Amino acid sequence: MPLLEIKNLTVSFDTAAGPFMAVQGIDLSVEPREVLAIVGESGSGKSVAMLAVMGLLPNTATVRADRMAFDGIDLLKLGPSERRKIVGKDISMIFQEPVASLNPCFTVGFQIEEVLRFHMGMDRAQRRARAIELMQLVGIADPQERLGSFPHQMSGGQCQRVMIAIAIACNPKLLIADEPTTALDVTIQKQILDLLVGLQAKYGMGLIMITHNMGVVAETADRVIVQYKGRKMEEADVLSLFESPKSNYTRALLSALPENAVGDRLPTVSDMLFEPAPSVVAARSAGGTAS
Amino acid sequence: MSVTVVEGKNIARDYHVGGGLFRPSRTVHAVKGVSFSVDKGKTLAIVGESGCGKSTLARIITLIDPATSGELFIDGKKVDIARDGLSKEMRRKVQIVFQNPYGSLNPRQKIGDVLGEPLLINTDSTADERRDLAMKMLKKVGLGPEHYNRYPHMFSGGQRQRIAIARALMLNPSLLVLDEPVSALDLSVQAQVLNLLADLQDEFQLTYVFISHDLSVVRYIADDVMVMYFGEAVEYGSRDEVFADPKHSYTRTLFAATPRADVASIKARLAKKKAA
Repeated sequence: MPLLEIKNLTVSFDTAAGPFMAVQGIDLSVEPREVLAIVGESGSGKSVAMLAVMGLLPNTATVRADRMAFDGIDLLKLGPSERRKIVGKDISMIFQEPVASLNPCFTVGFQIEEVLRFHMGMDRAQRRARAIELMQLVGIADPQERLGSFPHQMSGGQCQRVMIAIAIACNPKLLIADEPTTALDVTIQKQILDLLVGLQAKYGMGLIMITHNMGVVAETADRVIVQYKGRKMEEADVLSLFESPKSNYTRALLSALPENAVGDRLPTVSDMLFEPAPSVVAARSAGGTAS
Repeated sequence: MSVTVVEGKNIARDYHVGGGLFRPSRTVHAVKGVSFSVDKGKTLAIVGESGCGKSTLARIITLIDPATSGELFIDGKKVDIARDGLSKEMRRKVQIVFQNPYGSLNPRQKIGDVLGEPLLINTDSTADERRDLAMKMLKKVGLGPEHYNRYPHMFSGGQRQRIAIARALMLNPSLLVLDEPVSALDLSVQAQVLNLLADLQDEFQLTYVFISHDLSVVRYIADDVMVMYFGEAVEYGSRDEVFADPKHSYTRTLFAATPRADVASIKARLAKKKAA
């Protein structure tokens, strides 16, 4: 049974100019112990789809799906309070801006312990011990001391480690990482990715990695979904995606990587995207009518 | 014969952090004696992690902040803004493009005014001339005259970065400092902006100082590469030298940390995972 199963997910936002479809009919599933990467540029709806799973979208959003189930529980039928029991415990999420996603008014220790109090009902001493354990797990030196630090006293990389500690505090079954390293340096990025993949393997979590960085995909994913303008362009395991991309858009994305530049110019996505696919051309020249 | 556009000799910059009631004041050495030179039409890339002093160096080269010690030459002339201040003529020679195109444009200023402002401040041109030049520049960076009267919020990130580049080029500078110009942009838009920068360099014989922490971008755009680590230039050489044979251990760490998106390394990773 898949850990997360989504069928035909559509998310639309009510705007002054009428409804805007951010996600249009996405299917996806994540198996336990699997790393799924969702790739796409900004506005492709990759974050919105995951926020819909978490139930974190604003009131202006309408979420529709044929099926949205986590671990056998139908998320569409859950009320807000039941959903809160799952979100943050069995499914947790890490965001792009680590410094902005922590509350600047409370110490990081308080913020880690808050999750443990809410979901696990631990007493003060247990919480303290678990928080120290978590800080060690995510590689923060001097955990006892650092629990009393405020977010502004830590670097971006350390804040992201704290976010990961909060996310894995209740041993989630599924961790969603939304551009976890975009705001970080390459060296720190490497450390955070190694940490995430290490934790994923250690605890057998499912991991969804949302990113626009093809390098991150290549380094972490088992399976990849490529999304563009709210639609799924391609789904493949990581090796076949890089070896033989099927959709034009994926091919365009891969060739826009600076390391793949041939000659002086980088091919851009728009250069390639609006050429019709060879199969379409072939069908037309063979006299076939567009269906 | 190549002409050196910008040259720095032993540039250093200290920041004094004021003490509080219980804290003594201290000095942070942000840049510790860095030397470099860039020829006309070439690109120097400065690479390093956050806090290594690369943006401080960019501010010194752009004549925003003075260096604490060391000498800076622009077009062969020695510049010391701490002593002489900054003339309009010097301001025209060096321009900068910042990392975040959302933060570097005034939300209440129309694009036409954004582009006209450098001319208004630094030259005696009339309103009509400014308008003409702004229109021409919009076309150069791949936007159209219809964008002249729009506000920044009506543009995407990539378009805003084009506007920031256009604004920097309004005064025909000889040197353009680019402080992480593409790191806030998506992969596809990043490719467009990098192409634009390459085209403009060919057209105007621009000299770039390109600051980045993304080695794949640096490899694509740079002629020379400088790697900075804690305020020092630990590696400086031509792109091919640095990429083929990194000398300093930090450079090697940096190379090892850059994610690789080729099929061979994916195969290696998957094989390792299976074995584990």
